[in-house]
Amino acid sequence: MYQQVPMVEMDGMKLVQSRAILNYIATKHNLYGKDTKERLLIDMYTEGMVDLYDIILHLPLTPPDQKDAKMAQISERTKDRYLPVFEKVLKSHGQDYLVGNKLSKADILLVELLYMIEEVDASLLASFPLLQALKTRVSNLPNVKKFLQPGSQRKPLPTQKMIEEARKVFKF
Amino acid sequence: MAARPRLHYPNGRGRMESVRWLLAAAGVEFDEEFLETREQLEKLQDGDHLLFQQVPMVEIDGMKLVQTRSILHYIAEKHQLFGRDLKERTLIDMYTEGTLDLLEPIIMHPFLKPEYQPKEVLHMAQKAIVRYFPVFEKVLKGHGQNFLVGNQLSLADVILLQTILALEEKIPNVLASFPFLQEYSVKLCNIPTIKRFLEPGSKKKPPPDDVYLRTVYNVFMP
Repeated sequence: MYQQVPMVEMDGMKLVQSRAILNYIATKHNLYGKDTKERLLIDMYTEGMVDLYDIILHLPLTPPDQKDAKMAQISERTKDRYLPVFEKVLKSHGQDYLVGNKLSKADILLVELLYMIEEVDASLLASFPLLQALKTRVSNLPNVKKFLQPGSQRKPLPTQKMIEEARKVFKF
Repeated sequence: MAARPRLHYPNGRGRMESVRWLLAAAGVEFDEEFLETREQLEKLQDGDHLLFQQVPMVEIDGMKLVQTRSILHYIAEKHQLFGRDLKERTLIDMYTEGTLDLLEPIIMHPFLKPEYQPKEVLHMAQKAIVRYFPVFEKVLKGHGQNFLVGNQLSLADVILLQTILALEEKIPNVLASFPFLQEYSVKLCNIPTIKRFLEPGSKKKPPPDDVYLRTVYNVFMP
């Protein structure tokens, strides 16, 4: 639509824009809460996760002389701004999932983010026991477990070579 | 009667302007608490009123909403501006997300170094004319209706109109090659709630000026 990817062909449509794609899939598969209020909470939590995700995603693109400062920012945002919020949510209701006592898009994206954080600096997860428990619990769900195994369609963290190729394709 | 929504943000457009547009289009009266000092922001943060320590924040229906998109989705859904079914909702989502991508550099523009600003205006014009406007022109031409989705006003129309008008402030003839978008935007501007929002004395904020810039630096980057 906008000359960009991601694009997902499904149900006779060509979906673009990550959020729109995720929202469609989540709604279709009952991973978006049962009412407006739950959807709102899922939205707010997810948007916070996307903000942190974006910062970490850009780490490989940071010039070498700025890498330390970037890592410090990631560290601070992760430990002080974002993860405490989700830990507190889980603590407050004591349930297995972030919203409505049921697996949702928010839990899946959080676990993806936690794996990403772990690959950057595992010590950042140390003071968040409930998040670690969520990560384990979600990772053990049959579909997720399969996805985490070698040979699945899950993609690895980008290497320098992959970034160079992407730079050529997308011209940045 | 429910209390009016209360918006927390500096007195200027920024990321809250889309929320103001949407509330106004939906005919919802709202109040504003303008952030002018660092202390005010810290008070909100220390009082645990901001989920991720950031604004925009909107107090509505007994909740404190943050994250612009979440706020927009909530208001849209509440006021029947988010389509009738999943398919319409998805179209509205795709159109809104594209438009927000176009709006983002407009929001950031005043904070660029002055020597980069003119070049960035050209860049925004190019993006609008080459990538985004053709999409919406084609949609409108395709169904011949007055709104992007489902023949009724939605979040997508409000955000697109906001973006068109903001671009026209910098590039007056930005819609020159898009006759359907021209007619569309005139029709939208005549909707009573939107017309009222476009009149002097409304809560619509003027283009960013030095006072706004200084306020933002004081509050967020002292």
